Amino acid sequence: MVRRLTLLALFAFSTVLYAASNGAWLNKVPQPERARANPYAADGNAVVAGSILYKRDCASCHGDDAQGIGRHPSLRTQRVHDATDGDLHWLLTNGSLAHGMPSWSRLPDSQRWQLTRYLHSLPIDASR
Amino acid sequence: MRRLSILAFLLVLSFGSLSAQELPYFVTYSHHMEEPGSLDLETKALAGTPRDGNSFGAAALEFEYGTTAWWTSELYLEGQKTAQDSTIFTGFRIENRVRPLMREHWINPVLYFEFENINGANKSLLEVVGHDGNDDLTGANAEGRAEKEREAELKLILSSNAKGWNFSENIVAEKNLKHAPWEFGYALAASRPLRLEGGTRTSPFALQNFAAGAELYGGLGDRDSFGLHETSHYFGPSLNWSIPSGPTITFSPNFGLNDHSAPRLYRFGVAYEIGQVSRFFGRHHQGVR
Repeated sequence: MVRRLTLLALFAFSTVLYAASNGAWLNKVPQPERARANPYAADGNAVVAGSILYKRDCASCHGDDAQGIGRHPSLRTQRVHDATDGDLHWLLTNGSLAHGMPSWSRLPDSQRWQLTRYLHSLPIDASR
Repeated sequence: MRRLSILAFLLVLSFGSLSAQELPYFVTYSHHMEEPGSLDLETKALAGTPRDGNSFGAAALEFEYGTTAWWTSELYLEGQKTAQDSTIFTGFRIENRVRPLMREHWINPVLYFEFENINGANKSLLEVVGHDGNDDLTGANAEGRAEKEREAELKLILSSNAKGWNFSENIVAEKNLKHAPWEFGYALAASRPLRLEGGTRTSPFALQNFAAGAELYGGLGDRDSFGLHETSHYFGPSLNWSIPSGPTITFSPNFGLNDHSAPRLYRFGVAYEIGQVSRFFGRHHQGVR
């Protein structure tokens, strides 16, 4: 009985982890948030500003080159590339606390949009 | 000993350091948690001269660890030096903060639980509760040291972000585990980075690396005599500077608002965040792809 329960718990846990690593957070983004336009879409400096913010706030987990470190995922994936600016802004604002991604609401809204521009400027690593 | 110090220093340098924009608060907590797996080392120093007492300097060394993205744990070690008296260790605190809601809201609650084992000579003033006041800062160290204070403290932290500002409100309830009624206190704070947009300069003096704010905190009496009277209240502006890949330095002069308060206190803090220290212990957090 105990063994069955343990297996069941392991299955449930791995399902949660799989869901998390499969971009399940994308399903939680409300439609109005997803459709939000990036106010820095036409700002050529936003990528540079975003890269400075990335190095300060994100690189320790995701790596200087955004390729990921350990179980902290790469950000140079098709999924990140395909996500809308609104999706990424929502994730930065809310985080995914249950799965280890903190909320970055401490950053002003404009900095989160600049970070979003930078993330979308990253080349995709096909091996990921 | 010297070798050990050098080794510890090199160990600190071997981890990535962060300098995420910290809020310029000494007493008030916001809903922002430590990043999971990161360790924030911070010294919170306080200097002041109470009415009819000797000048003192107190320091609290804080170790803040992001246990998960919604749970932060802290340990404080505290001491003080009083002029024409001694230098003493005044105790420790262990605290945990938990975010019950997993998303960002207009008002974000955080539940705070603390156990503190300090003595009566503690002058860190990490909170003001009950009828705390100027007189608590004037006694001799030998007398204060003999008074043991094992206390449980609960806080309800409410915090909001709007248009670049952070507004935080804390309600404090503290109980000496041996005797004495529940004591209450409050802390309010607001702050804003000097520049909301990220700049394209990597200069440490870029305005985005500075934040300014203000704190108001004080006691609310105890269960038997609740209210703003016969307790101390302080107000102070604050400014911090987050040096990229370096420490965050915060300064705040605090002014006593009534006769029960010390006239002026000066707070100074240096925080250094060590990114992903959990890697050293072989623990990784699941990321979000």
